[in-house]
Amino acid sequence: MAKKRGNNKLGKIKGFSIQFLPYSEIRDLSSNERIRKILGIVLGNNILILQGKLKPEEETRLIGDTMAMIGHVKSFKGIELAVISENGDDNFFGRMRTGIVNAISKGELGAITIIGPATIVKEIKRNPKKIELLLNK
Amino acid sequence: MVIKIFGNYFKRIFSNLFKSRGDIKLGFYGPPNAGKTSLANRICKDFTGEEIGSVSKVPHETRSVQFKEKVEIKHKGKTLMFKMIDTPGIATKIDYEEFLKYKVKKNVAKTRAKEATQGVIESIKWLDDMDIVVIVLDATKNPYNQVNITIIGNLVARKIPVLIVANKIDLRKADLKKIESAFPEYETVGISAKNGTNLEEFYESIFKLAKKV
Repeated sequence: MAKKRGNNKLGKIKGFSIQFLPYSEIRDLSSNERIRKILGIVLGNNILILQGKLKPEEETRLIGDTMAMIGHVKSFKGIELAVISENGDDNFFGRMRTGIVNAISKGELGAITIIGPATIVKEIKRNPKKIELLLNK
Repeated sequence: MVIKIFGNYFKRIFSNLFKSRGDIKLGFYGPPNAGKTSLANRICKDFTGEEIGSVSKVPHETRSVQFKEKVEIKHKGKTLMFKMIDTPGIATKIDYEEFLKYKVKKNVAKTRAKEATQGVIESIKWLDDMDIVVIVLDATKNPYNQVNITIIGNLVARKIPVLIVANKIDLRKADLKKIESAFPEYETVGISAKNGTNLEEFYESIFKLAKKV
């Protein structure tokens, strides 16, 4: 992974890719392994679209780890992060159905997490119904 | 099995009855420049005569956790003792070039950025130690920011009571309803820390939350 990081210059955008990661790829990983996998993708100048979402403590861990990298990884300025969750049905049965599906799949599959390096993603604007990805020039 | 359940139940009741209750740790969390220190200063000044930290228009003015012990807040004849904990703003990115817009010198901006990253890490570490958390948001900004959602998610996971404060309601662009609709599960109080507007409602909510501690 270190080799990959070295080969991809962060900062000047000469190109980037959007990578989709199905939840099945991280379902059985520990929190440490999940964060490492995500950071590997993001530090490789990729915008990650992850099916599902991280646990709240994993999100803060991701923020903390990326903060620790600023100043140590060349041109790295942090990340942009957004999670869109399915609101689901408001009624009891709707919530129960979503809960059962999430329990079986061991994750919130109706959610989508977008993570990108701040050098590429300027801002992720969101409101409850839409999400806009603004990129740096 | 049944004996063990009953044993744990009584143990919990007795430990709650006899535990020495210290000061309530009241944390101020939120994104940078929302007015966390302004609010903490306002409260500390009102009840101790001293401020907790400096404020500035330049983001990340608070770059390390600041405390004020033994803050005795009086409200409607009741008194509670708090330990106030003002935390650095949590962000997902920090770029020293942002500070240059505020006419900060380049080397000062770089140092500020470095300290700010440490501050974010410190804020996150402190999440475990809070009894009550006030999430301070700028009422003029879009509340659907992942940092806000992440902080609240962490507090819920730790079962820490949360109050959302929509600060800067004195400004024309402020939209209290938008903040309320973004977090409908939580009580939201609109205030102006700068002018001291609506602080009575804020104290009322804090005293209500303190009962859950």
